[in-house]
Amino acid sequence: MQTPERAGPPLWLLAELTYSCPLQCPYCSNPLDMADHKTELTTEEWIKVLRDARKMGATQLGFSGGEPLVRKDLEILIAEARSLGYYTNLITSGVGMDEARVKAFREAGLDHIQVSFQASSEELNNFLCGSDSFQHKLEMARQVKAQGYPMVLNFVLHRHNIDDVAAILELSKALEADYVELATTQYYGWAKHNQNNLMPTREQVKSAEAIAHQYQKDLEGQMRILYVVPDYFEDRPKPCMNGWGSIFLTIAPDGTALPCHSARIIPGLELPNVKQQSVDWIWHESPDFKKFRGFEWMKEPCRSCDEKEKDFGGCRCQALMLTGDASNTDPVCDKSPQHDALLAQVAEIEAQQVTEQPLVFRNMRESKKLSRQTN
Amino acid sequence: MSTETVYQLNPLFRLQWEEAQQCYVLLYPEGMVQLGASSAEILKCIDGEKSVQMIADDLSAKFDDDSVAGDVIEFFDVAAKQGWLNANT
Repeated sequence: MQTPERAGPPLWLLAELTYSCPLQCPYCSNPLDMADHKTELTTEEWIKVLRDARKMGATQLGFSGGEPLVRKDLEILIAEARSLGYYTNLITSGVGMDEARVKAFREAGLDHIQVSFQASSEELNNFLCGSDSFQHKLEMARQVKAQGYPMVLNFVLHRHNIDDVAAILELSKALEADYVELATTQYYGWAKHNQNNLMPTREQVKSAEAIAHQYQKDLEGQMRILYVVPDYFEDRPKPCMNGWGSIFLTIAPDGTALPCHSARIIPGLELPNVKQQSVDWIWHESPDFKKFRGFEWMKEPCRSCDEKEKDFGGCRCQALMLTGDASNTDPVCDKSPQHDALLAQVAEIEAQQVTEQPLVFRNMRESKKLSRQTN
Repeated sequence: MSTETVYQLNPLFRLQWEEAQQCYVLLYPEGMVQLGASSAEILKCIDGEKSVQMIADDLSAKFDDDSVAGDVIEFFDVAAKQGWLNANT
């Protein structure tokens, strides 16, 4: 069993190469204050991170961002990662890629490309990401398949596209996706800021789920569909990150090591950086990674709960955002004393269903504006 | 599944020894299966040429145990259903 002092290897390394992105999706999970953290590790610094984490047993590597294609050294990092034995995943919008680059990545040893779409229709897709990218994404998805990669398509679902789940899955089928992720928006970063304008109704969720399950049955063995349930509508929390400091290590663009990509919001963290500390020390010794590792940090009702080893008390960031204390039970759990307040909030948003507040698109200008407001 | 079927590893998966985990793993997009010693032993035999029956016989002989063959055939059934294998046609 995991304790603060005893951890297995960081099996999953998420390398957020940059916060730069040509798209402006209003549900982005990047931090709102990303404009304050724009410095980026150099190629050599990233290579050192890859080597050190691999030595510790990291196996799955995600190149993410922002848009990782913005990094001109991506080919170099892929080649290094592959030679170290990582299974390399590129998590991308497809914008910044062309046929030649898809091929160059293949030659460098990239294992898999996940392409995100914003919607199944060109108009909605382009509106949501603030860019005329739909046709290019289609072309890139075809290239990914043509060049022999496994292809995962990712759609983030919310109020504006969740009714199109059937069309989304038809598009995925036509593109011959191997896996499709239907990920209902999780409310972190920009998504949290835009929550009132993104959260679907319970009715929408129910009907989307039914359609997804039907497709899962019909396409078994052909296309795997992962339907990530919107946890605000559940009565048990998700096992966030499979437990804090358990298998998941995020390195932010500036080298900050985080137990999950939104952990920077939790007050009191020391935010160790790979420029100053070794990955090994950060994982095993740093106070941040021990803070919620294992079960000793838990309060009631988690502490004595017989399900704590299943869900690890849910998500620390969500506990913070919804209760003001990151060490509380995630209020998605109906055993949490704050669960009723969460239900009330969901019901209130549902009752409004009016977009009084416009969507705030994710870009550096808005980020600076928001930073000024809070500082 | 017929025992005459010839399989190869689905190219979406990669079989690899992991020193830190002291086991073979199957890697696929954003995921990993940790394999037991016997599963790994069988997967290593899959070469796109030998049939299920041939691999079952080889491993029975190797471990000098007739009951191995049945386990191997059962494993192929499970592995094919998991999508780890493609049948050669």
